[in-house]
Amino acid sequence: MAEKVLTANRLTDGIAVWLDASGAWNEALQSALVARHAEAVAALEEIGKRDFSANLVVDVNVVDVEEVSGLIRPLRLRERIRAAGPTMDYAPGYKPADPAFIAA
Amino acid sequence: MYRYDEFDHAFVSSRVDQFRDQVARRLSGELAEDAFKPLRLMNGVYLQLHAYMLRVAIPYGTLNSRQMRMLAHIARKYDRGYGHFTTRQNIQYNWPKLSDTPDILSELASVEMHALQTSGNCIRNVTADHFAGAAADEVADPRPYAEILRQWSSVHPEFSFLPRKFKIAVTGAERDRAAIQVHDIGLHLKKNDKGEIGFAVYVGGGQGRTPMIAKKIRDFLPEQDLLSYTTAILRVYNLHGRRDNKYKARIKILVHETGTEELARQVEAEFAQLQGAELKLPEADIEAISTYFAPPALVARPEGWAQLAGAKKADAGFARWVQQNVQPHKHPDYGMVTISLKPIGGVPGDATDVQMDAVADIAQQYAQDEIRITHEQNIVLPHVALADLEAVYKALVAQGLATANAGLITDMIVCPGLDYCALANARSIPVAQAISQRFGSAERQAEIGELKIKISGCINACGHHHVGHIGLLGVEKKGAELYQITLGGSADEHTSIGEIIGRGFEPEKVTDAVEKIVDTYLGLRLSKEETFLQAYRRVGPQPFKDALYGEAAQAA
Repeated sequence: MAEKVLTANRLTDGIAVWLDASGAWNEALQSALVARHAEAVAALEEIGKRDFSANLVVDVNVVDVEEVSGLIRPLRLRERIRAAGPTMDYAPGYKPADPAFIAA
Repeated sequence: MYRYDEFDHAFVSSRVDQFRDQVARRLSGELAEDAFKPLRLMNGVYLQLHAYMLRVAIPYGTLNSRQMRMLAHIARKYDRGYGHFTTRQNIQYNWPKLSDTPDILSELASVEMHALQTSGNCIRNVTADHFAGAAADEVADPRPYAEILRQWSSVHPEFSFLPRKFKIAVTGAERDRAAIQVHDIGLHLKKNDKGEIGFAVYVGGGQGRTPMIAKKIRDFLPEQDLLSYTTAILRVYNLHGRRDNKYKARIKILVHETGTEELARQVEAEFAQLQGAELKLPEADIEAISTYFAPPALVARPEGWAQLAGAKKADAGFARWVQQNVQPHKHPDYGMVTISLKPIGGVPGDATDVQMDAVADIAQQYAQDEIRITHEQNIVLPHVALADLEAVYKALVAQGLATANAGLITDMIVCPGLDYCALANARSIPVAQAISQRFGSAERQAEIGELKIKISGCINACGHHHVGHIGLLGVEKKGAELYQITLGGSADEHTSIGEIIGRGFEPEKVTDAVEKIVDTYLGLRLSKEETFLQAYRRVGPQPFKDALYGEAAQAA
């Protein structure tokens, strides 16, 4: 089974967030709690439903990831960009995503 | 330009108050997401990959310096210091907080702007020729009619829940700069033999997964019947448009499945019921709205001719910019300036808050305080005296806004793609940047001449790839990005849908593929005057297929 993390967008500002081990919604993918078996995934899904109902987050999804050299890496490009931000220079003061992380 | 009256102010202000209450109730948990989502969409608030996105309407792409400064202010205060100008002549902000959106809308209302109907299954921002009111080839200014349509369609009770979104474009010149034939309704303003104003009416154009060229169902509709006839079209669509399948819900599918003749018959039958009744536009009302769009009192500035000639001789960069980015104005002493938002290697359509402020300053000082946004994601100053062109150019150079590429290969329409968009399958912007850098030299672009590349990151075709001379469509294949190429599309008065040329290309190979296409064109064109599109229409796809796939095919 692919490893999975729980992700969503925060209700108040829409910023992409991931559920961490303390049960908080964290802006850093690398802080995410990784579910490695079906029961853990089911628990993530329950937390997602709960926090959606509690109006903390919207657009809740479980996404597939792999761990490479200790780094969590979503399998889909869409989720890698979602985690790392736009892949080009887009605004003064904001760094583009790391190309190595984005690469297929 | 149009100024809000008391009704407009009260209406927009009440909508801001209403949305403020809705956001407060959403944040308190009183409103659930399912109930809130359609409400936020009606106010232009989307949820994208990284954050919310707010799309602000710029009716028919016309704004003044005060409004542009407000757009800059919002970028600075509520976003990350930039905005993205879109193919509906609107602006999008990519990082606003939901909790800030009522304040943003309130600030917009203070300069007579809003975000209404920039989303949802309603009549969207009506677009128009960006050179309206200034172009030498114009029969009449399309903006008064676009404004009449805007007022009529705003929160129209009958047309706020259509089967799908609905887009209208108006042009007042033979040369179509508003892409009217790929709109749900396209209106071509013209005069009949008696000198009366009216419209040729096109219906059922669109892009997306099923691209269609609009069909002309009326050769001449008198101007006073504009709302009666538009209502008739919308009624037929509202009644018969498919609501069971969102991919078949646009009016283009209804036109296709019903047949143009039968659909026109239904529209005419409905129109017969409406004609001459309450929707008939009184001449006084048309005149009243037209007054808002009266051309500015341009004084003669004949000294500009000699100044311009001298300045062009002294500065090759200026001469190139004038050649490419300045078009003839109705008034011989003036020009229409295109400010390219396509710097070489930059993000197409983006402008920083500082750049927006600078454009506002320039417009106020040199351009009668008028600014336009084009559907090709550039900015236009429609009334600049030739005598002021050099000063305008220098001010633009200082802001990185003087790229001399309007209409050239690096002046691409590009959707936000997978870098921002929740619907996208592939990135658009980095592909555009690579192509821009490859073809960035001024000499090479001049040698190639007019060539429009348009890039979409998914089949929804927000980047207009179907009507690109060269179109690129990003898809996801086996988890990776792949770019399908179409050739021969066009969105002018001779609209055509591009043809898929063959199998797609990986991101690292797509720029090479575009270069092969361009080199093939350069090799086969009859003269420098034969544009890429003309050459393609003459020779067809085969030489380009041979260039792209010939070696591989032979090897196989």
